[in-house]
Amino acid sequence: MFWKAVYVICLRDIRRFFREKSQIIGSIARPALWLAIMGTGFNTVFRSPDAGNYAQFLFPGIIGMTVLFTSVFSAVSVIWDRQFGFLREMLVAPVSRTSIAVGKTLSGCFQSMIQGSIIMVLSFIVDVTLTPLIIIKVLAIIFLISFALTSLGLLIASRMVSFEGFNLIMNFLVMPMFLMSGAFFPISGLPAWMKSIVAVNPLSYGVDALRGVILGIHEHALATDILFLAGFAIIMTAVAVTAFNKAE
Amino acid sequence: MIRTVDLCKYFDGVKAVDGVSFSVDKGEIFGFLGPNGAGKTTTINILCTLLTPTSGEAQVNGYDVTKNPSEVRKSIGLIFQEPSLDDRLTAEENLDFHGIIYDVPKDIRTERKKELLEMVDLWERRKNVVKTYSGGMKRRLEIARGLLHRPTVLFLDEPTLGLDPQTRNHIWKYINKLREDQGITIFMTTHYMDEAENCDRIAIIDYGKLVALDTPDNLKRLVGGDVITIRTTDDEKAEKEIGEQYNLNVRRDEAGIHLEIENSEEFIPQFISSFSTKINSIHLRRPTLDDVFLKLTGHEIRTEEASARDRMRMRMRGGH
Repeated sequence: MFWKAVYVICLRDIRRFFREKSQIIGSIARPALWLAIMGTGFNTVFRSPDAGNYAQFLFPGIIGMTVLFTSVFSAVSVIWDRQFGFLREMLVAPVSRTSIAVGKTLSGCFQSMIQGSIIMVLSFIVDVTLTPLIIIKVLAIIFLISFALTSLGLLIASRMVSFEGFNLIMNFLVMPMFLMSGAFFPISGLPAWMKSIVAVNPLSYGVDALRGVILGIHEHALATDILFLAGFAIIMTAVAVTAFNKAE
Repeated sequence: MIRTVDLCKYFDGVKAVDGVSFSVDKGEIFGFLGPNGAGKTTTINILCTLLTPTSGEAQVNGYDVTKNPSEVRKSIGLIFQEPSLDDRLTAEENLDFHGIIYDVPKDIRTERKKELLEMVDLWERRKNVVKTYSGGMKRRLEIARGLLHRPTVLFLDEPTLGLDPQTRNHIWKYINKLREDQGITIFMTTHYMDEAENCDRIAIIDYGKLVALDTPDNLKRLVGGDVITIRTTDDEKAEKEIGEQYNLNVRRDEAGIHLEIENSEEFIPQFISSFSTKINSIHLRRPTLDDVFLKLTGHEIRTEEASARDRMRMRMRGGH
């Protein structure tokens, strides 16, 4: 029963995902715009000894950004479900809340992997070559990042009854996480205060892992990135499941 | 099928449900009647394991709601007061979601889906996204969904709230058919008096307490006969005169003077011939549950409008 509930929750979210045409168009257009405009715009001022041009440096960061937003939005869709009643259909079903939380988390991971695949198709824009092995590794890393971030989002969603707190989370959690992840600039030359934020930001490990796999440039060893992400994901899932079980 | 003993639920010290005890038999249509905020929805939420009671006991289908919630959930179907469909999915996909999460095997699911969608006249529209449905269609789909896993008890929280009379009649036809065909037990809340008449027994609830529990006919007998409304040229004087001449339960408001009386057919001619104040009109009717409610609680059931929150929700829903 546990996995049936997980399956049906994922199935529903994926169905909704593909039904929303504007969302799919957006998921192609947004990264394409970032890469084309930011990539070109900053190319003239960007100097890095080991990275190629800025657009290439940015490419893994854009994957990270997309995974961040997809994961958080997927998790906070629970608030929508609460507002529009569907959450009750799930909560009153003879399945455990844990299975609902796990279902929601995995569905965020699948959506992120779909979005990530779309961006990988765009790799020709920035002239990055992706071998099948790299693609598999990237998808695995996306899964891990998304697992960590969706459970974080779910933890927030389980405590939030309305959308009023949503802007607060966007401004003080999601945006800082996004900006201070090393998606836009190398983190090696940053001042100490910013470095310490980057060091606890799960997304910076995710972006580092992606950049390592795609471009071969990284701050940490791949194992360090994976370990941090996995640790963060496990702790967050445990906390989120507990919070979800407690919520009225 | 359902049994509660001294059930209480407090929210921050407010007694939403205050010592409610009742039991519902198998195959019965049991109505919970009361104004909004009386504790109806809270009671339903406790019975379907969405809320835990502050104190007291509740059992559904022989299972305790706090000790054995998952068995309770398997036994019940729920039709919520507010829509709980995914409006981006089709009718069929909504039913599939429900069938899978309630562990209904695929072949049985396919069969019941057809049967139920035909019953609620939505089979033709099964491939349409629920967003395109009218309010009545959505409610019908929710009823079909609530029955997909063959519950032994069906909870209906204000099943026809905000629906037009035609749809309400339709839904009542389904409910009665269900009881005949499947012997299902139905527990419903309503604040429509005429709707409550369809129940086998009615519990009247006000401010979290049960004030009466009986069949609609027996409840009406509490009123003490028929209700006569008299309009005169001088209601105040007439009220006094009636009070002096007859030992009756008299009440006066803007609509006239209301009397409760047995043998009204004999009373009226005699009353007219002996009454000194000029009578403009006399209206006689059988007692309704409105009268019962008024008699028992001392106030009328409030026919409230949708709250601000509901209106906003409607707007948001209509907005996309």
